[in-house]
Amino acid sequence: MRNELLKLLSQNARYTVEQLATMLSVTPEAVAAEIETLEKEGVVCGYKTVIDWEKVDATSVSAIIELNVVPKADLGFEEVAQKVASYPEVEAVYLMSGGYDLNVVVKGKNLHDVARFVARELATIDSVTSTATHFVMRRYKEMDVKLCEGEPDDRGTYLL
Amino acid sequence: MIDYSKILSDTVQSIKPSGIRKFFDIAATMDDVISLGVGEPDFQTPWSVRKAGITSLEKGKTKYTSNSGLELLRQEISNYIDRKCGVNYDPKHEILISVGGSEAIDATLRAIITPGDEVIIPQPSYVCYEPITQLCGGVPVIIETLAENDFKVTPEQLKAAISDKTKALILPYPCNPTGAIMEKADLEALAQILRDTNILVISDEIYSELTFAENSHVSIASIDGMRERTVIVNGFSKTFSMTGWRLGFACGPQEIIAQVTKIHQFAIMCAPTTSQYAAIEALRNCDEAVADMKAEYNRRRRLIVDGFNKAGLTCREPKGAFYAFPCIKSTGLTSEEFCEKLLEAKHVAVVPGTAFGRGGEGFVRASYCYSTEHIIEALRRIEEFVKEING
Repeated sequence: MRNELLKLLSQNARYTVEQLATMLSVTPEAVAAEIETLEKEGVVCGYKTVIDWEKVDATSVSAIIELNVVPKADLGFEEVAQKVASYPEVEAVYLMSGGYDLNVVVKGKNLHDVARFVARELATIDSVTSTATHFVMRRYKEMDVKLCEGEPDDRGTYLL
Repeated sequence: MIDYSKILSDTVQSIKPSGIRKFFDIAATMDDVISLGVGEPDFQTPWSVRKAGITSLEKGKTKYTSNSGLELLRQEISNYIDRKCGVNYDPKHEILISVGGSEAIDATLRAIITPGDEVIIPQPSYVCYEPITQLCGGVPVIIETLAENDFKVTPEQLKAAISDKTKALILPYPCNPTGAIMEKADLEALAQILRDTNILVISDEIYSELTFAENSHVSIASIDGMRERTVIVNGFSKTFSMTGWRLGFACGPQEIIAQVTKIHQFAIMCAPTTSQYAAIEALRNCDEAVADMKAEYNRRRRLIVDGFNKAGLTCREPKGAFYAFPCIKSTGLTSEEFCEKLLEAKHVAVVPGTAFGRGGEGFVRASYCYSTEHIIEALRRIEEFVKEING
């Protein structure tokens, strides 16, 4: 049940325990217990809402920042990654293969806000050797959800 | 002034148009209708299949194929039916690729019916068998399958329906709209009656991949002595979400398929070439995509069945296809009244069971070819509606 439950929760965190139980053909008690276990084990780390911020707050901006980092002898990238992740402005941090080391998603009130954050905070971290900032121009899909208008259901409703 | 009734054939004029169209035209004028009416998958055709179609176009594969269809595709179909049903068909002589399952049904009935012949049709079932039989001059003999028999055809019903004029039995399982399936023992019992007759079984297995217990689809052609008296009709629409590609097939004894192919050759020439190339990819590489879609249908199925029962509308477990067929008798309404009032009051569209034959009275068909969120909202409105009706 675990994998199928996770799949359903990742699609829609607002399914009720009863709905999940019905879809998985198990008891609501079993679903509730499994969710509790998943939360305790840190498999389920949180529940959030997918929001198209452009529709409420057109001025806020996001950027993806590529960081090149000198890894520490015994800690590797761990220390700097943790430090970057602890900023509230940072939405996501990924260690990357390829041309750079850390991919950092930053959100700010406006362009200057983000630029200032990168220049003052990220670029000044000791082991960071370079940064490249890419501003997000438009979001089309977020967490598997399409943000633009979906295609209308054009299936012929009178067909049997 | 020209009198068109003098031009149109008596048979065509005697066939009533589906009453459902009018009903859904009303739905189309409402802007917040939640429909559970559609009988086709909401999933896209798997990308690799679409890509195969595009690639064939890029390569300029835009000509007719042979009348029977691409040999390579017939070979793949032969492998597929062998793998799924355990019946072997010679791709050269025993398989015809058609324009959807519908054309295969039409051409097969035309190949066998002499005016006056009787065709046994279980109902509630898909709407095409009766009018096509009539257009061929055949006489439909209806078996009304019953909820208490899980909408299966029983041997007693079959025996009672057979006469010396019986030419064919339509076997539409897994069944639209009831979701019923026929298990091996059920088919054995029918086979016992049919084995020593000259009755052809037209087994419409278009929903064969959509059964929800492990390996639960059995083709009657796999039962002893039945292969020689069965035409299997199947297709790509439901299994691979390929409704718009219009591609199906018929498998059967050479003597019959040769004649069906003759009709197909004169009426159609060949099935769409692009679709045929795409279908090869579907049969070769899409088991996983099919399994994923089926798992999703299964979750929706459980949700919708549970929802109807909680709303107070008894709903048996549909074992195949993608429809729930709840009983609405407890509301005191007829099927049509229920559907009209539900549409008016709650803007939810379901199909009255009577659209699928008189035996559908007291039931409605709800498709679960919709997202779970959509289904949950529809069920919420239906539950409200039933509460209000029952006061």
